[in-house]
Amino acid sequence: MSEILTKSAARNIFYGGTAFFFIVFAGLVAHSVSTVNAMSETHPVTPSVAAGKKVWERHACIDCHTILGEGAYYAPELGNVWVRYGGREDAATAREGIKLWIKSQPTGVEGRRQMPHFDISDAELDSLVDFFKWTSEINTQNWPPKVSG
Amino acid sequence: MKYQSQRVALYYFAGALGLFVAQILFGVIMGTIVVVPNFLSELLPFNIARMIHTNALIVWLLMGFFGCAYYLIPEESETELYSPKLAILQFWLFLFGAAAAVVGYLFRIHEGREFLEQPLWIKLAIVVVALMFLFNVSMTVLKGRKTAITNVLLLGLWGIAVFFLFSLYNPSNLILDKMFWWWVVHLWVEGVWELVMASVLAFLMIKLTGVDREVVEKWLYIIISLTLFTGILGTGHHYYWIGTPAYWQWIGSIFSALEVVPFFAMVIFTFMMVWKGGRSHANKAALLWSLGCSTFAFFGAGVWGFLHTLAPINYVTHGTQVTAAHGHLAFYGAYVMLNIAMFTYAMPNLLKREPYNQVLNMWGFWITSSGVTFMTFALTFAGVVQAHLQRVMGMGFMDVQDQLGLFYWMRLGAGVVTLLGVILIVWSLAVPGSARQAGRVAAQPAE
Repeated sequence: MSEILTKSAARNIFYGGTAFFFIVFAGLVAHSVSTVNAMSETHPVTPSVAAGKKVWERHACIDCHTILGEGAYYAPELGNVWVRYGGREDAATAREGIKLWIKSQPTGVEGRRQMPHFDISDAELDSLVDFFKWTSEINTQNWPPKVSG
Repeated sequence: MKYQSQRVALYYFAGALGLFVAQILFGVIMGTIVVVPNFLSELLPFNIARMIHTNALIVWLLMGFFGCAYYLIPEESETELYSPKLAILQFWLFLFGAAAAVVGYLFRIHEGREFLEQPLWIKLAIVVVALMFLFNVSMTVLKGRKTAITNVLLLGLWGIAVFFLFSLYNPSNLILDKMFWWWVVHLWVEGVWELVMASVLAFLMIKLTGVDREVVEKWLYIIISLTLFTGILGTGHHYYWIGTPAYWQWIGSIFSALEVVPFFAMVIFTFMMVWKGGRSHANKAALLWSLGCSTFAFFGAGVWGFLHTLAPINYVTHGTQVTAAHGHLAFYGAYVMLNIAMFTYAMPNLLKREPYNQVLNMWGFWITSSGVTFMTFALTFAGVVQAHLQRVMGMGFMDVQDQLGLFYWMRLGAGVVTLLGVILIVWSLAVPGSARQAGRVAAQPAE
């Protein structure tokens, strides 16, 4: 191998190749960002959606649930929870259903995974639901395969 | 050990091992919560236990990397560390930040993004700690000998700091949040961390096998070329279903499938070096961990990663227990074993002991590896069943989880075995020989 490839050649291949692949990657990411921003024109992140994301983060929901498949796998997927509650057909009932579910935790049922009680105001709950609704409208290439998440 | 300043590594090794035990302890608590859901549910909810489990892992691996660098760089650079005092100060700051984060988590103080739960002031403190570290090691390398190993190690460590800066960016658009969250998470573990891994393994191969540096360093460049040429665009395998364009399914599938190649190269590299070197180094345990590292990383990161990385498969398995299985074996193989290999090699030198406590250490290797392997199989089967029931049959999440109880009990058992193995590893590194060492120091005050 020493005849075919010297150490300095290997080093140059490493630096040159890494720079090349990183530039390609950064370019593709830049393109994706502009695509996402273009979609935001018709599907805007309203102040309420942004506030809902803050509520989502304040209570570390992602360390039990998943959102678009990322999280802790301990509790249901919430990227499409809006759809699961029938939000596309009856938005008002879905909104009330999700809020009521969060407010009624923990169930205390023996042998069932427990969601903690969180002090979230009604306005914040509405923001959180707006965040779920917004997330359910993301073009996820039809993921998840079933409404079960 | 040739340089006195290498001894600062001991602080980092001790801190890392302490956090390692805490990490596994919280893992066992979580494994218990999964099968007995009412356990601690008011006092320590799952989400809090989980951020402690994952953060303890990340912090101790980084602390271990810092320790590895402080041991390796003076020896490679053939000069004392630029400032041992700064290194010790940096250790206490880092440990304080980690402890403050954990205590804060217990009081529900966190930022709530997965793995990046640290409050802003701790994130900024981490940046300060990283800058202190990078300044110290870079100055050391600059005044000493420059080798391929120190070049690659420094590149990896600088990369860790640079990509961590993306943790400070949290846009309100969830799609963009996720895209750049992966710039920290993926470009760390499937990018710059692998540079640290490859360079430390290369150092250990030179020390343990006696193979010529030229050969080892050429391998090093080939391996890290393969790593970054596949791993950078391999980030695409996280961009399938988060609202990004569909072309990522092709890019992510092709390049992340190739991520197995550098891991295979590391297996070939380590076994070839041992076979060619023919030196019988006294520290057999360090060699076992080094070979275990490349092998388990190949299976955990390489094979288990490949299992669910192709977009059509990931469509069904994404966010199931398959991911959890891969995560556990990959972190264990690539980064836990790397750190323990280095600790096992360096600690007898630093403590001026013969590496005679190796049998216990090797028992620790086999017990821990068995525990993690069994856990990986249990979670893999759980994930396959879950993917079928939930993603193919469309059964509800909680109903599916009820079907997986047996696998979760097996995972808990494997977790307890892992904890025992880890305690054995820590004990074998820290305790045996300390009494004899004390006696020897008393007998030879001149040393």
